This record gives sequence, C-alpha cells and structure tokens, in this order.
Amino acid sequence: MTLKEIAEILEADILVDSDNPNLDIRSACSADMMSAVLYYHAPNAVLITGLTQPQVVRTAEIAGIKLIVFVFSKRPEQVTIDMARQKNIPIITTPYCMYSASGKLFQAGLPGCYGK
Amino acid sequence: MLWQIGMALNLDESIEQSFQLIGGNFNNAGESSSQLKRILSKLGADESIITRAAVAMFEAEMNVIIYAAAGWVRFTITPQLVKIRVEDMGPGIENIELAMKEGYSTAPDWVREMGWGAGMGLPNMKKNSDEFKIESVVGEGTTIEMVIHFP
Repeated sequence: MTLKEIAEILEADILVDSDNPNLDIRSACSADMMSAVLYYHAPNAVLITGLTQPQVVRTAEIAGIKLIVFVFSKRPEQVTIDMARQKNIPIITTPYCMYSASGKLFQAGLPGCYGK
Repeated sequence: MLWQIGMALNLDESIEQSFQLIGGNFNNAGESSSQLKRILSKLGADESIITRAAVAMFEAEMNVIIYAAAGWVRFTITPQLVKIRVEDMGPGIENIELAMKEGYSTAPDWVREMGWGAGMGLPNMKKNSDEFKIESVVGEGTTIEMVIHFP
C-alpha cells in the first residue's frame, strides 16, 4: 500500500512527505508504548500512534518503521517534524482515533505486523 | 576496503565506537543506536540483522536514560558479529529473574506517559540477541553484553 493510498483511506494530511516513490507498506502496528513497537517490529510497517514526541521518530527509525500516522488530527512539535525529515520517515495525521484508523486500514487489506 | 562474502562482513579491521549516556537526556537518546544502524547499512549487512542489533542497543540505551545517572555504551563490529556492551551507574536491579519477565516494570508514571516502561526492554534485548549477559549490583549499576552473529 502506498503513502497516498493510506492517506486517502484515513483522510489524512501529509505533514512530512516521502521522497521514496516505491514506498510499499505491508503491515501495520498500532501502539502508544514505544517498547511494544520495538518488540513487535516488522519490515515495511506503518506505525499508528497518539504519541507525537521526537522519540516516536527515533523508535520508528530503529524498528525499521516506514510511515508514522498520528491519530486525532494530532500535530507534533517542529522538532519531531525536523527529525522525521532528517531520517526520511514520512508522517501523516488523521482525524480518526487509533481504533478506527487501524480498522480502516485492516479493512482495506493491511495486516497486523505481528502474530494473528 | 569493505566487501561482503555470504552474510559475513569482510572488514580489514573491526570497528569500535563508544558513547557516553546521561540519565534523563531523552533528546539525544538513541543516537548511538542510529549510528550503529548507519554503519551496518553502509557495510551491507542484512536488514533483519541491522534491526535486531539496533533494537537491542536502543532498548539498553533507553534503560540507562530512564533509570541511571549516567553510563556508556560501546559497540564492536567484526566480520562475524556485533558486540554491544552497556554499563551504567544506576540503582541496579534487585531481582534480575523478575526483571527479565515480560511486563514487569518499575518505571514511574512520567516514563510510561512517554511511551516507555512497559516491562519489555530486557526481554526484548534478549530476544534480539544471540548471546545475552546481564550483571547488576544494587546501588552500583548494571552491565549488559549482547552479541549478534551474522548468519
């Protein structure tokens, strides 16, 4: 699934765009615990989260997350945006809550990143 | 000169770097893990190995930032493996067996509000390492050594 497809499904605004036209998201992880993101990491995954501090970008980088979705239309501080640009990790923000955003992507065929 | 034969990295000499960590300094937390990831990527290591090594090191780094006054982390990359050693001047761990259980945590609420302290850190370091050693003395600090082999 491409960034644009995910943004459309989630009616999201793109805060940090990707310079990778071949970005292909294969799975999703919804979490506010960064430890869980690190534990259940999978390649080519999107992270759906309500946390917006820079540590989210760092965690995404380390865990190999390729796209971050903020829920509830949250907009991060500039420092988070700057770090995402520097690490080339795109960020979008959706008006949906974490449950609904996850459900919409699952319904569109995107599986969870770990287990069943 | 660098090149790769099979999965093992072929280096003329091993690469070693160390970093100081200051407790509570969340702004720079993860810098050394990012650096390890960058170097392994440049060397052409397998992506799953890079992620395992970076995750293991980041978890250890975050534990120092969250719990200790200070510490240092060192990684060594050889053609066969990555070795990560983290030492801190922290409170130490009273019961290592309990701390190794998934979900056990002594983190305060403010740490949990930042998305940490779920009690997954130590189990995750072990999960991502081929070799994992931990030593801790209450009141002095904790030392963790992890080895990840290139297959």
